[in-house]
Amino acid sequence: MKHVAPKLDDAVYERNFADINPRLPETAAVAEASRCLFCYDAPCIKACPTEIDIPSFIKKIVTGNLRGSARNILEANVLGHSCARVCPVEALCEGACVLNQEHKRPVMIGALQRVATDHVLDRGIRVLEAGAPNRRRVALIGAGPASFGCAAELARLGYACRIYEKRAVPGGLNTHGIAAYKTRASDSLREVELVRSLGVEIQDGVEVGRQVSLEQLRGESDALFLGIGLGATERLRLPGEDLPGVIDALGFIDRIKNEPFRRVDVGQTVVVIGAGNTSVDAATQAKRLGAENVLVVYRRGPEDVPAYHYEHELAKSDGVTYVYYAAPVRFLGQDALEALECLRTEVVADAAGGRSVKAVAGSEFHIPCDMAIVAVGQQKAVDWLTRMFPGVALDAGRLKVDGAGRTSLRGVYAGGDCVNGGKEVVNAVAEGKAAARAIDADLGQPRASA
Amino acid sequence: MADLSTDCGGIKSPNPFWVASGPPANTAYQVMRAFDAGWGGAVWKTIGEPIVNTSSRYGGVDLGNSRVMGFNNIELISDRPIEDNLREIAEVKKRWPRNAVVASLMVESKREVWHEIVKRTEDTGADGLELNFGCPHGMSERGMGSAVGQVPEYTKLIVSWVKEVARTPVLVKLTPNISDVTYIGAAAAEGGADGISLINTINSIMGIDLETLAPRPIVDGKSSHGGYCGPAVKPIALNMVSAVAKHPKIGIPISGIGGIATWQDAAEFVLLGASSVQVCTAIMHYGFRIVEDMVDGLANWMDDRGFATLADVRGKSLPRVTDWGELNLNFKVIAEIHREKCIGCHLCYVACEDGAHQSIRLVKTNGATAKVPEIIDEKCVGCNLCMLVCPVPGCITMETIETGRAAMSWRAYQEALGKGIACELPGERHPH
Repeated sequence: MKHVAPKLDDAVYERNFADINPRLPETAAVAEASRCLFCYDAPCIKACPTEIDIPSFIKKIVTGNLRGSARNILEANVLGHSCARVCPVEALCEGACVLNQEHKRPVMIGALQRVATDHVLDRGIRVLEAGAPNRRRVALIGAGPASFGCAAELARLGYACRIYEKRAVPGGLNTHGIAAYKTRASDSLREVELVRSLGVEIQDGVEVGRQVSLEQLRGESDALFLGIGLGATERLRLPGEDLPGVIDALGFIDRIKNEPFRRVDVGQTVVVIGAGNTSVDAATQAKRLGAENVLVVYRRGPEDVPAYHYEHELAKSDGVTYVYYAAPVRFLGQDALEALECLRTEVVADAAGGRSVKAVAGSEFHIPCDMAIVAVGQQKAVDWLTRMFPGVALDAGRLKVDGAGRTSLRGVYAGGDCVNGGKEVVNAVAEGKAAARAIDADLGQPRASA
Repeated sequence: MADLSTDCGGIKSPNPFWVASGPPANTAYQVMRAFDAGWGGAVWKTIGEPIVNTSSRYGGVDLGNSRVMGFNNIELISDRPIEDNLREIAEVKKRWPRNAVVASLMVESKREVWHEIVKRTEDTGADGLELNFGCPHGMSERGMGSAVGQVPEYTKLIVSWVKEVARTPVLVKLTPNISDVTYIGAAAAEGGADGISLINTINSIMGIDLETLAPRPIVDGKSSHGGYCGPAVKPIALNMVSAVAKHPKIGIPISGIGGIATWQDAAEFVLLGASSVQVCTAIMHYGFRIVEDMVDGLANWMDDRGFATLADVRGKSLPRVTDWGELNLNFKVIAEIHREKCIGCHLCYVACEDGAHQSIRLVKTNGATAKVPEIIDEKCVGCNLCMLVCPVPGCITMETIETGRAAMSWRAYQEALGKGIACELPGERHPH
């Protein structure tokens, strides 16, 4: 890298990566919980993919029954703690709060959910129990939110679950792919332990198809669940992409979460390509690691930014500069990245009635930079899927499932990013949970010989 | 601006707001701070042979984000020597001649003891006396306070002893811990009382500490029943004030007490017949400063309504307090939900479904995904429940329905039947 940003004091790193939404003190939590109207048939529940009974868990905070509150949450969503930290609540439960209709601030549901789950996780209080063993076994591939949602639900029904994870550390994107100021890897690992406490076995560092065969999994289980997520960050396939200094967003975020902050080098000037939520995580964290200038290059204008509004605002308030209507053309540099060459773009109405991006010929300009972070989405795991499951139905690289997570192959279920193409943790948990219920329904009912 | 000055049984004050006999009126320092803040009068903390108090002594009941909706105490009368209290009363009176200073008294039930304390107290220049026949805890175990106020004969007897020597007006403070407060009120009037103060506190246990299993307020692991007061008791006090005010054998001025914290509360007590109002818990919660809005708000309300003096307001709502048998059974309201204000909490729906008459349904409206509540007019009995639980002001209103029937009370119906006049049963049968 040409210019590495100077390292910061450890205290400054800790300040920069401190919880963006600090824990609500318990007294403030009771006051906030008292604002909940205890709606009947509440809209917030319907807005939650895992259908947490929000009014009930909030009522229990008011009465000081935090253990019961946490049970309400975790029974519905075993990752209720990380969801409390990372859910886009404005778009989900808090956005549906009826107080919005009265032009009042919605109840801080996410913060309250964290108070309740912190209470039991901090103290090691057990609120979930495995069901009486039913001698059925399920193998799950990928130790992320979808498999956790599925395995927790199954374990509570009495199933023996074994999760295979190719990485050395389980937890999926919660452990590896979400900004450290939202949740640390250690928070994610606490939830991994919660899943394990239900008797779910997690085999780390075991890749299906390498260290263990699919046949073995099929032989040892009654059903198979795929929660494999997505693949590596998409490549731009532009000249100079292999220059030192050009990195992918997920690898960068993973290092920040799992290595000491000062060991992660960041350029003096950083360009982030793409403007989704992962781009925000990369840009804000580059800034927090000490980069002097962070620019986001995006082909469209501010109104089209795909990141959530509050994420976009966070990036701007962190001092990130957005370069709109610019498309990268190539990376320039001798031995290391020195600049990104872009073309100006226009957004024009196309024949199909949509708005497409058109590069303006001859509008080349250079953004000098030391580091470029590519954040233009993740690849679909098509290769692995078609190799392991020949003939499985896919839709644009995503596994095709029915409404309850059944793939086109009998006995094979799926949920999470490999199905939905990349949504929130809460969606993955909900899809895993739905698949668990499908598995239970299918295995529980008499059926033709499998 | 409206004239707020008042005369309660001969005790005059520039406004009707008096500090009630209790911890805020324990010393000259406090009473003078109160007068500085704008209080029209103060009833000194009850004077008698000094007692020893417990520690702790107060308990509170919270509701949601509101602290101290209810309050109780197991504190006794003044723990200060009689002479200190009397000297300070004289001092306050000298410095605040226009404000009412009333001395609350409680002594042994002996004629000469009462005679002596009345004379000594009146020598201070106090504007009147209030006989504490209401204190429900501690003192009652010693034959004083509510032990007197629960027996009409004792009440009448002691009031008559006091009146034998008193030169200033005598108010009698009544306990609500009886079956019918008017018996005691009438006894006090018969004994010669110049006015009645009510209510004193209500017997209560504030709760149990679920850690230690001790009742609250905790005194070395135990507690005793104490006197309950604060905003939670106001409706009980209003009922008792109106009962005394309407009673034909009482007919003397009333000083209203019980959960008063705002000018609206005060206006309600005056509308039901009070000539002054006394406040304690709200001061203990927020300090004497609350009187500023009480005075200002009451005067503004009176100006807006065209009431020139407090006497114009006094008792105005009394004729509207009647027996149930006088209520018009042919009057009908039903709920109306103003959909544009509905925020979709569905509390009205579940309240009616589970707690009332199943008269609300949830319906889908054109284009909307969420259901909205709708009143089933023919099933609605007009009970108010949905309006009461609705969190949005004005979203549910109760609308009068023309029944086309002449007014008919239960009593009128019974009378008509007695005279053999055939008439339709008033009201409507419940449709279920």
